[in-house]
Parts: sequence; C-alpha cells; structure tokens
Amino acid sequence: MTEAHVHHPNYVKIWAILVVLLIVSVAGSMSHIREVVLIAAFGVALVKAYLVAKNFMHLNVEKRWVPYLLIMCLIFVGVLFAGVAPDVMKHGGLHWTKNPLAQSAPAAAGAATKNE
Amino acid sequence: MSTQVEHAEPGFFRKYLWSTDHKMIAMQYMFTGMAMAMIGGYFAYAFRMQLGFPNQYVPGYGIVTPGRYNALVTMHGSIMIFWVAMPVLIAAFGNFLIPLMVGCDDMAFPRINRLSYQIFLLSALVLLSSFLVKGGPFGGAWTAYPPLSASGAYNLTPIGATLWLLAVALEFVAFLLGGINFTVTAMNSRAPGMKMYDIPILIWMIILANIIFMASVGPLIAGAVMLLFDQTLSTGFYDPTRGGDPLLWQHLFWFFGHPEVYVVLLPAMGIIAEIIAVFARKKIFGYKTVLYTTWAVGFLSFVVWAHHQFVAGIDPRMANIFSVTTLLISVPITEMVFLYIATLYGGSIHLDTPMLWALAFIAEFMIGGVTGIFLGSSGTDIYLHDTYFLIAHFHYTFVPIAIIAVYAGLTFWYPKMFGRMLNETLGKIHFWGTIIPFNVIFIPLFITGIAGDQRRVYNYAQFAEQSRPALQHLRTTSTIALLFMLAFQLVFLFNFFWSLRDGNAAGANPWRSTTLEWTVPSPPPHGNFAEMPTVYRGPYEYGLPGRSDDFLPQNVPD
Amino acid sequence: MSATAKPIANTRSTTGIPTARLITWWVIASEIVIFGGLLASYIMHRIEHPEWAGAASHTNTCAGAFNTFVLLTSSLCAVLAHQAADAHDGPKAAKLLRLTALGGLIFLTVKGFEWTKDIQEGFVISSGGFWSYYYTLAGLHGLHVLAGMIIMLIVAADAANNQELQRVECIGLYWHFVDIVWIFLFPLLYIAR
Repeated sequence: MTEAHVHHPNYVKIWAILVVLLIVSVAGSMSHIREVVLIAAFGVALVKAYLVAKNFMHLNVEKRWVPYLLIMCLIFVGVLFAGVAPDVMKHGGLHWTKNPLAQSAPAAAGAATKNE
Repeated sequence: MSTQVEHAEPGFFRKYLWSTDHKMIAMQYMFTGMAMAMIGGYFAYAFRMQLGFPNQYVPGYGIVTPGRYNALVTMHGSIMIFWVAMPVLIAAFGNFLIPLMVGCDDMAFPRINRLSYQIFLLSALVLLSSFLVKGGPFGGAWTAYPPLSASGAYNLTPIGATLWLLAVALEFVAFLLGGINFTVTAMNSRAPGMKMYDIPILIWMIILANIIFMASVGPLIAGAVMLLFDQTLSTGFYDPTRGGDPLLWQHLFWFFGHPEVYVVLLPAMGIIAEIIAVFARKKIFGYKTVLYTTWAVGFLSFVVWAHHQFVAGIDPRMANIFSVTTLLISVPITEMVFLYIATLYGGSIHLDTPMLWALAFIAEFMIGGVTGIFLGSSGTDIYLHDTYFLIAHFHYTFVPIAIIAVYAGLTFWYPKMFGRMLNETLGKIHFWGTIIPFNVIFIPLFITGIAGDQRRVYNYAQFAEQSRPALQHLRTTSTIALLFMLAFQLVFLFNFFWSLRDGNAAGANPWRSTTLEWTVPSPPPHGNFAEMPTVYRGPYEYGLPGRSDDFLPQNVPD
Repeated sequence: MSATAKPIANTRSTTGIPTARLITWWVIASEIVIFGGLLASYIMHRIEHPEWAGAASHTNTCAGAFNTFVLLTSSLCAVLAHQAADAHDGPKAAKLLRLTALGGLIFLTVKGFEWTKDIQEGFVISSGGFWSYYYTLAGLHGLHVLAGMIIMLIVAADAANNQELQRVECIGLYWHFVDIVWIFLFPLLYIAR
C-alpha cells in the first residue's frame, strides 16, 4: 500500500550535507572556546536531526498531527527534566542544603541469610 | 463486504493456545488476570491476618515473619496493579471489545496481539518463579526505592529483586505492543460512518489510557535498566557517593506511576459509562465534555507525580507546584462524575447486577477522591504520608477500579462473551457480600491511619510509640471483614463457571443496547460480523420519541 | 508469513495513513520517551558533575565519528530503498535494505572494538558515573540497532519477491529514528566538553 510521494528529494545531496555537518561538528569540538564547542556539537546535531526528520522521514508531507505527536513526547521528556533537575542539580535553598553522603550501600550480591 | 477468511476448523492448540483471534486473546488475558488476582488476594489474606492477629499462625500460610511480610505486601501491590488491573481492564476488555465496538473483524495486527499476550504470560511466569528462589520474592515494596531495592544486603531478596524487575519490564513491553495495536485499530479500522464522536466512550478511554501509558512508561523503562545494573553490575546510578541520586529513581518511577493510576482509571470509567447508559436508558450527558475532561485529566496527570514524594526530600518549592496541580486534577475527574450522575438523573433506572456495580463505583470512588485531597496538599501530607490513611485512600480508588468496575464489566459483557446469562440472584448476593465488607475493611483503616499507624510495618509491638493497643480492635475488624469479602468471591466463581453450562441462553442483545457488539451473535463467530456494518449515528441513542423501541442501534439505517 | 490473509481491520485507513506506517509512528513516539528519559537523566547528572569531563575525554572520538558517518550512510540506503519500493522495484529495495543492515553491522563491529579497548584500559560499566551512563546509553542504542537489522532483513526477504513493499518505508522510518538518537548521542558522549 505504498503511495507515491509527490517528489523524492535528492537524497544523496542531503547525505552529503549531513557528512559535511559531521566534519564541522568534529572540527568545531576541537576549539578551546566553550561556546564554539557547544554550538558545533549540539547546534549541528539539531540541524542534522531536522534534516533527517524532514527529508528522510518525510515528516514535512506526513499528516500534520504526526509531528505534533512526536513533539508532544519531547515536551513530556522536557517536563520530566524540569521536575527532576531541581533535585539532582540544586545544592541548597533558603533554609536547606544538600549534604553529601559518606557511605555507600553494601554491594548487591550476598546470600540472603536471615530472611526467615 | 463479508469476511474473506475461510479455513478449516483449527485444532485445540491453534484455537486456544496459539490463536490470533482477539476474542481468544482477550480470554487468555482475562483468565491469567483472574488467576493472578487469586494469588494477590491470598497474599492480602496472609498479611492482614498478621496485622489483625499479630504473630499468630496463619491458617493456610504459616507464620508471617518480617521478611515474608515485606515480600507479601510487595507482591500484593505489584500483582494487583500490573498483573490484574491492567490485563483485565485494558487487555482483556480492550481486546474483546475494540474490534466489536468499532465494527471490524479483528485487531489491525493479530500476530502482534498474540505476541503481546505471550510476553505478558512470560512476565507473569518470571514473577511467579521468584517465589521459588533463595530468599524468596522481592521484599522492597512495589515502589522499589533504592538503595533498598538496589542492595541485596538491605532487601535480603537479591534474586527476587532482579526477577521482579525483569517481570515488570516484560509486562511493560507487552502492554506497549498491545496498546499500540489497540490505538492503530481504533484510529484506522473503524466501520464506515463511525466518525470520531460516534465512538463509544469505553473505546476512547482505553485508547487514551494506552496513549498515557505509552508516553509515561519510557523514563521508567530507562530507570529500570539503571536499577537492574545497580543490582547486578555494581553501577551507581542511584548511589550518591558515586555520583548518582536515589531521588532520580523516585522521580522516574512516579513520573510513570501517577499517570499509571489514570491508565487504569480511564477504562474503568469507560465501563461505567457504557453500563449507566444502558441501564438508565439514556444517552451519556455531555459526551464531548466527557472527552474533553478526559483529555484534560490525561495532560494534567503528567504534572502531578511528585505528590508521592512530598516527604522524600524534594525541593520544597517543587512541593508547592505539585500541590497546586494535584488539587487541580481533582476538578476534571469530579466533572466526569457529575456528568455520570447527570446521565442517571431522569433516566429509567434498572437495578440489574451490572448497574449495581456501576453505582457502587461512583459512590466508592468519590470517597477515594475526596480523601485524596488531604494527601495532595503537601502540608497535611507531611502527617498522613505512609500511614494507613493513605492505604485506605488508594484502596478506595483502586478497588473500584480493579474490582468493582471489573465485576461491572464482567457481569455486563458475560452474555456476549459466553452466550449465557449469569444468575441474577447470585450476582446480587455477591455484590452486597463484596461491597459491605469492603467498606468495613477500610473505614477502620482511615481511623487508625489518622491516629498514626504507619504502613509497611509487620508488627507494631516492636515499636513502643506505635503500638497503640487501643486500636487493635479496629485492625482486627478490618481483617475479619477481609475474610468475609474473600469468602463471597466464591459466590462469583461458582456463578461464573456454573452459568457457562447451565445459565439461560443469551440472545445477541439481552440488555437492549445500541453499540455494535450487541448486533452479532453471542458469542461472536470468527470474523465477528457476517456483513461488515455501516454506522449511521452515535452510540447512545436511547429514548427517542416516536419509536416503538426505546433504543436505536448504531448500524440501523434511518 | 505473507500467505496469511490479512484481517479487514488491517486494510482500512480511516486516518488516511496506512496501518503499517501508523503503528511505526506510535512505536517511534514511545521510543522517544524511553531514550528521552535516559538522556534527560544523563544530561542532568553530567551538568551536575563537571568532573566527569575527565572520564569523557577517554572516549574514542574517531570511532564515534566514523560510526556517525556509517549510520548516516546507512540511512541514505534506507531512504533509497523506500524510493525503490515506491517505484515497485522490490529486488532493488531489498538490495538497499541489506546494504543498510550491513551498515548496522559495521556500526556494531566498530563499537565492539571500541569497547574492547575501553575495557582493556580499565573503563567498565562500574568505573564511575560517566561510564555507567555511557555503556547504558550506547548499549540500549546498540540493542535497537541490532533489532532493526533483524527486522530489516526479514522485510528485505519479502521485498525481494515484491511482497509487503509498504514495510520497506516503515522499517526505514524506524532506522532513521535510531540514526537520530545516535546523532545526539555522538556529541553527548564523545565531543561535548
């Protein structure tokens, strides 16, 4: 039940752009300027992901609600991050501090001796 | 277009064990769920006997030691949620009803359907196998917080802990596969003429539940992999001395855990909707409003999860936010209950057994709902968290979901599934014998909870300030009521199996309902519809003026 | 497998999207949340622990970059397979799908060598926070690559006989998703500092 797409873009050309972007990101990551590294790494990643999603996955010609569904899932992940990050990443507030723990729990293995 | 599949009558294996027919797969889920319910109920018996009669020998079990107590409560909770509520409410009713109610011949992907049951069965077997290993089944509570769940030296059930985790993970995969199949079928395979707002509410509810499940379980799958590695590979994902954080597990767990309760609530409310329309002979009041409030509940359910963690040491400012959202989510749920009551108002009420269960659901769930308000406000929750008040609250929501709504659905669709009517008298005896003891179990627990009884403690005698012997009679009352409730389930079992052979023959539409599943023979043949139906109207056309019948099925032309 | 008659339910399309592609989108949606959950956990811990940068510098950027190139190329093969299937050229689609799977095999092989070297240098999954996440993230991704390869070969076998050609696009969509996950894993695990 394949439907003929109205047009297939030049996939090899898109691939070539992706490879160039890969080279840019690796080169940029060697820089010593933090902003350049971050843009090279993640900015390029975002562009590459967009190109794959649009041109290879044909999300631009798919029914409109499909990209919305996928974006909703990303938003849920964002909600998770927003709810959890304060606990993992914050070390103190108005009247409290997060103190480091000194001792680990004992290791996983170990026969259950007296579970009776 | 008539069914195009013609083949020879299949043998026993292909018909009962290797079927791709959605109705048979529904039965597989249902009977597996019922069997697990008996195990989960037996565990509740054992630990409530310990609580009601501390340190006494429990008939049919033995002595409940502290380790066994922890395993009993862990297994009871896990089994009831993952291996009873979900398979029966979503997989069994969903499998049986979705193709019938939307007017097609099977699920869109029957072999994926079969695979999802097989993975589910495997998950149940993995869980049951943990009863046989050294140390016994996992005893770290169904919430499995690390470091208790990550360290075998703490939980004393190291093998059981890993098996439990694997079983839960397999169950998640089974429900992801099954749920996606259901969603595609409901979206794509509807009968011609069935537009979005002609779909029965139960189907909407099951689909929305599946979507909520699918969007929320991912982080927990990730978290479970991390916990598995902490248990077996000495990683430190949840170990603060190694850069991890135990709160991370709690967040990942409850990010799923809270939407999960709506995953089981929505199908239950869908079942109730179908039943009250039929037995009040009246269309659902505000069909679209029911849908919109359900969508609202679905979205809100993703932003309330940390109300389970108010006292766990989360950032206090988050506690404020989650309090507000938690109280907010009670609004759409209450609205839905109001809509159901409005449906009943002015209707021609018939108090058959399914209707009794549906009315009981509304009443009991409301008690669960209002007691949730005290827990959702972070201030009062500081006192009430982890007390028996909480246990009573969630049983007043979960028992309506997993027991009352299930019995409502079973007594309602039994004629369609098996071609026989259940005995009404036995049904009513079973109903009252369940509802009255249920309340006698949990109302005392509200009281002991407010007095300060903590959960997950096997014997208060060990903790002098907790023992409160003056309240022991309440704990004992609760246990005795459970014994009555369990005994009355035998009435249902007898009714169920006896009626299979000796019940009155049921026609296609004994309840005179409008939805499509009642237009086919009972039980439906392979392929469901001899002629694929076309739909002309919505699902609740009752009491139309000027007609000889008080109902008009969806597939009858004007 | 294609000899079994399909239920009518499978052939209807009320949404306008064929059932096979519709189920693929839902699979991808659920996988977004699975990987997203793991990635979110990693990101917040990575930001919280800048000292992990020391450990992160030991990942083999060459292997990572080469693997990124391999996956991008295999994605190209996958979408060309879709184009061939659209033109009803089953054998060509099958050949391209098998090339895609070969890309997956190269990816996993390179990763195997990469991890062998890491382990020999003493970096195992329990070596610290960064490494735990590294192996878990890349391992989960690798499992998805492997599963994709297996399904792809099954689809290719049918496509070679000009059967079930609609599945070529669907397995391609899944493969592109796996590629996109790696597009983000590469900077997160290899080149971000």
